[in-house]
Amino acid sequence: MIDNLNWEAASVFIAFFALVTVLGFVASRWKAGDLNQLHEWGLGGRRFGPWVTWFLLGGDLYTAYTVIAVPALVYAVGAFGFFAIPYTILIYPLLFAVFPKLWSVCREREYLTAGDFVLGHFGNRWLALAVAITGLVATMPYIALQLVGMEKVIEAMGFRGEGIWAHAPLTIAFIILAVYTYRSGLRAPAMIAFVKDIMIYIFVIAAVIVIPIKLGGYGAIFDSAGAAFEAKGGNTGLLLKEAQIWPYITLAVGSAMALFLYPHSLTGILAASGPGAIRRNAIALPAYSIVLAMIALLGLMGHAAGLKLSNPQDVVPQLFLKFFPDWFSGFAFAAIAIGALVPAAIMSIGAANTFTRNVWKPFVNPSLEGAEEAFIAKVVSVVVKVGALAVILLMPTKFAIDLQLLGGVWMIQIFPAIIFGLFTRLFSGWALLAGLIAGLASGTYLVWGPALTPIVPLGSVSVYAGLYALTINIAISASLSIIVIMMKRGSFSDASVKNYSDVNPGSS
Amino acid sequence: MLRAALLLTPCLLALCVWGYNSLEPQLFGFPFFFWSQILLIPISALFILAVYLLERR
Repeated sequence: MIDNLNWEAASVFIAFFALVTVLGFVASRWKAGDLNQLHEWGLGGRRFGPWVTWFLLGGDLYTAYTVIAVPALVYAVGAFGFFAIPYTILIYPLLFAVFPKLWSVCREREYLTAGDFVLGHFGNRWLALAVAITGLVATMPYIALQLVGMEKVIEAMGFRGEGIWAHAPLTIAFIILAVYTYRSGLRAPAMIAFVKDIMIYIFVIAAVIVIPIKLGGYGAIFDSAGAAFEAKGGNTGLLLKEAQIWPYITLAVGSAMALFLYPHSLTGILAASGPGAIRRNAIALPAYSIVLAMIALLGLMGHAAGLKLSNPQDVVPQLFLKFFPDWFSGFAFAAIAIGALVPAAIMSIGAANTFTRNVWKPFVNPSLEGAEEAFIAKVVSVVVKVGALAVILLMPTKFAIDLQLLGGVWMIQIFPAIIFGLFTRLFSGWALLAGLIAGLASGTYLVWGPALTPIVPLGSVSVYAGLYALTINIAISASLSIIVIMMKRGSFSDASVKNYSDVNPGSS
Repeated sequence: MLRAALLLTPCLLALCVWGYNSLEPQLFGFPFFFWSQILLIPISALFILAVYLLERR
């Protein structure tokens, strides 16, 4: 089991893992609050200033799976994998324009989740339930994929297990994570995110300086990657093929629209101390996107380094083992593994808040509040992690990847309810529910096949299925809303929109 | 209007794939496709910063 273990790398790895475990428990005393209140446990009391939010959202959005999957895609197909860059360019203008306002509404009315907002805004608990379930179902496979990222680096350190021991390190790591998340809530990943993000910056900067020096510069890297793609043929290369351009654009747009609707992103945003903290982060968070671009380049370096990989997801770990001393590989692997813990914790908290507020409370126990509400959420955060672990232990990895892909297509379908709902009162709850269901159904139908494909034909081009289904969703939501307005003409009033006051940006 | 235009500009640049899907001109060995998109990341942050400063005034 540990005969081939790289002890030097493993020791550094375990040391950092122990450090963040301590932090996870200590975090319960940080910015002290009553952790028996859901907004304290699940949103850190909404007291994270601009700096903490920068680390927390950075740790939340740029996950371990991203660090493994983006370079894997670039290694496999080249230019198309770079769609992650326009995607991350699109998300911050959107964050700046929309989410400070959503924060203000949620603070004023003590909303913790997207479902809370929908319920308060439209007064339709079925729409709120649909929004909540969409978020829950999309988040589960995302948590599972964080485990895949973690397992890749544990494997790379030479751990080989038989039978039930195969996943022992992963299981232990997840149990520890579950315990301190239960105790400290969102404060745990917020504190650990400091360590994780600094480690990621260090290992990425080292990689993009040291590896090119050893490979003869960036020119040589692009040349050998180009030659490798030429030999491989198909839809690969250093540039996009004509047929890849619309998929590239629509995938970037669709992924950007979905990102901040995920429960874990919203949790990170709503935990900020105010609209000003969110605005400043829309300016400062792109620093992580530059790191992501550098990580993506590692995929091309894999070709220049002559790595022959049966699984492209091994490209980053193998590059480190090849070019760095073992102790530094251990450091980089620890960064990736901790990079899985932070989002996994926030995702489980986001899912727990959502389940407690929008499923359990309205449909099972309407009198739920205070310590009892927080208790349900804590238990759910553990259940969600056990579920994700079970998916990885019992199902093939492909199952989680397919579900995550579908999850993205589903998540974007709540865009009209949240974003249109924030700026206008024109849409009716039932119309949005019909549109949401149509979007979920058509998106699933479009993606479905012997192998799930997110890119589907539309006329003479191909586009991202999530965006395609969203247009169907919006068309139905809008036309049904118009019918509702016509029927209710006279009683319709726009008054409630005026109640939503955004905090004056000048005072932030 | 100015705010919306400033926020939309980097988005439109990022989506104008036909404008940057080429190898030349290269920079430090990077094909244009790669360095232009990476450069657009800090530029997009500057556009958002401009809106932020406009709002604070």
